[in-house]
Amino acid sequence: MSSTTLLTPSSPHVHGGLSIPVIMKTVIWALLPAAAMGVMVFGWSALFVMIITTLACVVTERLFNAVRHRASTLGDQSAALTGLLLAMPLPPNTPWWICVIGGGFAILMGKQLYGGLGYNMFNPALIARVFLLVSFPVQMTSWPAPAPLLSDKALSFAEGLATIISAPFNTPELLDALASATPLGQYRMEVSLGHTVREALGGSYGFDLFSAAGGMIKGSLGETSAILLLAGGIYLLRKRIITWHIPISMLAGTLLPAIIFWYTDPTKYPDPLFHLFTGGLIIGAFFMATDMVTSPVTPVGQIIFGLGCGLLTYLIRTWGGYPEGVSFAIVIMNAAVPLIDQYSRPVIYGKAKTHA
Amino acid sequence: MGILATALKKFHGGVHPKEYKELSRHCAIEELPMPKRLYVPMHQHIGAPSDPCVEPGTQVFKGQLIGEPNGFVSAPVHAPTSGTIQGIEEHVSGHPSGLTMPCAVLIPDGNDQWHPELKGLEDPYNADPQAIRDKVRESGVVGLGGATFPSFIKLSPPQGKVAELLIINGVECEPYLTCDARLMEEHSQEIIDGIRIMLQALQTKQCVIAIEDNKPGAIQAMRRAAQETKNVQVVSLPVMYPQGAEKQLIEVLIHRQVPSGCLPIDVGVIVHNVATALAVREAVLFGHPLVHRVVTVTGLGIARPANLNVPVGTPAQDLIDHCGGLKNGVKKVVMGGPMMGVALGDLQAPVVKGTSGLLAMLARETVQEPEQPCIRCGNCLQACPVQLTPCEMAWRAKHDLIDQLDAVHLMDCIECGSCAYVCPSHIPLVHYFRYGKLAMAAKKHDKDKAELTRQRNQAKQARAEAEKAEKERKKEEMRLASEARKKAAAASQAGESAPAKPVPTSKPAAEESAP
Repeated sequence: MSSTTLLTPSSPHVHGGLSIPVIMKTVIWALLPAAAMGVMVFGWSALFVMIITTLACVVTERLFNAVRHRASTLGDQSAALTGLLLAMPLPPNTPWWICVIGGGFAILMGKQLYGGLGYNMFNPALIARVFLLVSFPVQMTSWPAPAPLLSDKALSFAEGLATIISAPFNTPELLDALASATPLGQYRMEVSLGHTVREALGGSYGFDLFSAAGGMIKGSLGETSAILLLAGGIYLLRKRIITWHIPISMLAGTLLPAIIFWYTDPTKYPDPLFHLFTGGLIIGAFFMATDMVTSPVTPVGQIIFGLGCGLLTYLIRTWGGYPEGVSFAIVIMNAAVPLIDQYSRPVIYGKAKTHA
Repeated sequence: MGILATALKKFHGGVHPKEYKELSRHCAIEELPMPKRLYVPMHQHIGAPSDPCVEPGTQVFKGQLIGEPNGFVSAPVHAPTSGTIQGIEEHVSGHPSGLTMPCAVLIPDGNDQWHPELKGLEDPYNADPQAIRDKVRESGVVGLGGATFPSFIKLSPPQGKVAELLIINGVECEPYLTCDARLMEEHSQEIIDGIRIMLQALQTKQCVIAIEDNKPGAIQAMRRAAQETKNVQVVSLPVMYPQGAEKQLIEVLIHRQVPSGCLPIDVGVIVHNVATALAVREAVLFGHPLVHRVVTVTGLGIARPANLNVPVGTPAQDLIDHCGGLKNGVKKVVMGGPMMGVALGDLQAPVVKGTSGLLAMLARETVQEPEQPCIRCGNCLQACPVQLTPCEMAWRAKHDLIDQLDAVHLMDCIECGSCAYVCPSHIPLVHYFRYGKLAMAAKKHDKDKAELTRQRNQAKQARAEAEKAEKERKKEEMRLASEARKKAAAASQAGESAPAKPVPTSKPAAEESAP
C-alpha cells in the first residue's frame, strides 16, 4: 500500500449516514399513505394529477441542469418531492396543463432561478400553488365530491384519464357539473350570508368530523385525509427528519385563536376541530412549513415561524379573501425567515448571563 | 459534597457514532519492540517549540533532555530511549499536508537505559506543591487527552483562585480509541497515585474520575482502586460524543458552564486526563520524563488491532507493521480519533505525546461523499455542543465574510466535528471553521501590524517635533545669553557702579522626549 493513495481530508473522518436523498425519500414515504387515500377517495384522476406534476417537476429540473451545463440534480430527489407536494393540495380533477404549468413554475421560478436546492426563499410547491390559485381561480377551486374507487360513483381508469387529459383550456363545463364547495368554502360563504356555522355545515351540506378526519370530504386530492397526514407527520418526527417546533407551534397558532373565537361566539366561528381536520392545516404544519430550506434553523426561530404560519392561516380563513389560507400564510412567513434566523440565534455555551 | 452535582446534566447536542471499541477493547497493552530509528519532534505541545540542545553524535540516556522549553507555555523534550543522536533534521509530521518540522533523529542502542541521575521526590504525597509542579514541568508532561497543554500550568492555580474539584477525564468519547480504557483497567492503582500527587499540588480535597459506561472494565477497576482513597470517586456517564471535551464534561458534572474566554479554574475545577495522571506519577515518583505513551492501533483496515506502549518519535509505519500491516482497500490512516484526528499523507510521521490512536480506515468506514448545498435542515445546530449555528458560520467562512465570523462566535467552536457528522449535505464544516479561524487570525495580525506602524509613525512625528522644539529652545537660550553678555559688557563699559544682572542660564528643562 503506497502512501500516495491515502486520502487526507479534514476531520471528522466518520459520518452519520444521513444524506439529502434519504431525507427527501423519507418525506415522500410519509406522504404516500395520504396520497394513496386520495386516489381511493377521488378515483384514478387523482393519481394522474400526481404523476403529471411529478413528471413536470423532474423534467424541468433536468432541462434546467442541461441549460446551465450542470450535472443532473435529480439524484437528490427534491424535484420529485416538490411534484408530489404540489399535487397534494390540487383538486383531484385538475386539467393536465395546469399540472404541467404548476410543476414547471415550482422548479423554474420557485427553485432553480434562485440557484437551485438550498437557495430558494419560498417553498417551491407552495409558491407554485399560490401562482396557480391566482392564475386559474376557477379550476383551482372546483372540488368534486368523493367518488371512491370501488363505489358506484367511481370513474373507470380511462374515464379518470380522460377527465385530466381532455380538460379544455377555457372555463370547463365538466368541472362545473362536479363542482361544490369544500367545508371551509361552504362555511365562509354561508356565514357571510348571515347563517350560523351549524346551518352552513349541517343540513343538506352534511359535514361531519369523522369523514373530515378520514378524508371522505370534498377537497383536494391529498389534503383531506387528516389522520393519514398526521400519521405521516409523526413518522417524520420519529425519523428525526423534522422536529416538533414548527408543526406544534403552527397548529397552536391556528387552534388557539380558533378556541378563543369559538368560545366567544360558536354560531359565527366554527370549533377548533373543524379547523384542524379541514383544509390543509395538517399537511401545511407537518410537510409544507417544515420544508428545511425555507424555514428557520434555530429552535426559537422555528417556534416564531410556526406561530406566524398558524396565526396567518386563521386570519385568512376567517377574514381573508380566500377560504383557505395555509399556503399564503407559509409563503408570507417564508419571506421572514432570514430575519427570524438573524434574531433567534441560541445563546452559546459560556455566554449565558446566569453563569457569568 | 462540594461543587460536584449529585446528578448528571446532559450537555447540549452531541452525537453517538458507531463505537468500534470492540476491535481493540480486549487487547492488553503490549510493548512495541524498539524501532530502528526515532524521529522526536521538538514541537509536541501547545505553545512555543523547544530548542534542540544536543549535537549530532551525542550519546544520550533514556530521559535525557534533548530539547529545552522556550518560554512559559512550552515543554522540554527528552530522549525516548538510550542511543546516539544522528542529527536534528526536518522530518514529516502528523499534518495532512505533509508539513515537516525539526526532529531529533535518535538511533537506539538497544539498552533502553534511563539517565542515572533521574530521581523522584521523597514523600511525594506530602511534597511541596511547587516541587511537584517543577518536577512535572521538567519531565515534559503535557495533557495526553490530545490538547497537549503543558500540565504544570494546570497544576498551578492562579493567585486568588481555588481548585475545589479535580476532574480526571477517563471519558474517551472518541470512537475506536481504547488506550485510556486499557490504562484504567491495567494501571488503576498507579493512576490513583498520580491523582493523589495532583491533589497535593493543587491543594484540592475532592476528585472525580469520569468514565463513560461503555467501559465497564475500567469503571470497575478504578472503583476498586479508589476504595481506599476516600476523596476520590468514580462517576459513570452515558455515552455521548464529545463528552470528553473539557467544558462539556464540566457542565455534565457541576452543572455550570465555563464562561466564554475563561478557564475551568474560574468555576473552581481543573481537568486532567487519566494518562496524564499516570505521567505525573512517573515524573514525581521516579523523575521519569514523559517519553512514551499508549497508542491504540485499530480500524477495519488493520490486520491485528492492538494497544501499544510506544516510544515518542516512532514512525506510524512501525506501529502498523507490528500490527500485521494494512489490509487492501485502506483509504485513510488517521492519527488520533475519527472525529478530531488528522489523516496522514505519509506514514513516516512520528507518534508524539498527544497521539492517542492510529486508525486504518476502509472506504465503508469513512466519509467520501462530495459536498452538496446546505439545505438548512438545522441538524448541525442540534448537534453542536456549544450551541453555535454551524451552517451560518461555514457559509460566512466559505464566502470569505471574515468580518462577520466574530458575530457567529467562530472562536468558541471546539472543532469536535459533531456538525459535520450529522450534515446530510456532507459539508466539511470543520474545515471551513479552521480556514475561518486562520483567516481571522491573519486579519487581526494585519490589523495589529498596521496599528503598530501607525503608532510608530506617530511616535516618530512626536519625536521630530520635540527635537525641533528643543532646538528652538536652545537657540533662544543662546540668543538670550549672548544678549545678556552684550548688555553686561555694555553696562561694565558704561560704569562700574551698576551691578551685573544674573544671566538666566538654568531654565527648567523642556519636556524630554527620547524614547
